[in-house]
Amino acid sequence: MKLRYFAWLRTRIGRGEETLDPPPEVATVGALIAWLKTLGPGYAAALADSKLVRVAVNQDYVGPDHPIRPDDEIALFPPVTGG
Amino acid sequence: MIRVEEPPFDVGAELGAFGRGDIAVGAVASFVGYVRGAEAGAPALVALTLEHYPGMTERQLAAIEAEARARWPLMDVLVIHRHGRMLPGEPIVLVAVSSAHRQAAFEACEFLMDWLKTKAPFWKLEETSAGAEWVAARASDDAAADRWQKDEP
Repeated sequence: MKLRYFAWLRTRIGRGEETLDPPPEVATVGALIAWLKTLGPGYAAALADSKLVRVAVNQDYVGPDHPIRPDDEIALFPPVTGG
Repeated sequence: MIRVEEPPFDVGAELGAFGRGDIAVGAVASFVGYVRGAEAGAPALVALTLEHYPGMTERQLAAIEAEARARWPLMDVLVIHRHGRMLPGEPIVLVAVSSAHRQAAFEACEFLMDWLKTKAPFWKLEETSAGAEWVAARASDDAAADRWQKDEP
């Protein structure tokens, strides 16, 4: 699946996007975040505080129980600060 | 209409053209947000960079416009939001709405800004003499957006 990162999540993880194939038991947004944290210290630092992580699947906001599929585009980013 | 774009826009020209040609329009309300260069107790701002999520930004802004049109009798809606690097004093965002009467125009304009601030995927990076830092979201913005939540039946 395609992962995209923005703002300080992007700088802490060290890239803006990547394609990953999580194991099949990673079936929800919450499980995906838990799995990403195991990929390295940059991921763990970026995702340490779940209150500061927003998730969009295919460009719509979703919660931690939302299911994920291999052809999804999943974006992780901090609370927005536009306007 | 939703416009997400990089170059500075001409506030006077945009507002001058908005709402023209429809004689049913009796009221236009607008909001313009500018890059604030000075704040008490903080180092002076050198520049502000707006990162966004192309595609999702337009999609969320269109959804917010549709919600405003469902709640108030609006004739037209214009949202311009810039991204990229901008300097103190430059405009960042413009929201304008037209309606037959002022109350709908005032309320819809405020609603659009409140929802945009908490839903549109933009992130501000402030550059000062002390370095560059991501702006943290404010609880007061969440509270401003929440007051427009409708109670579920």
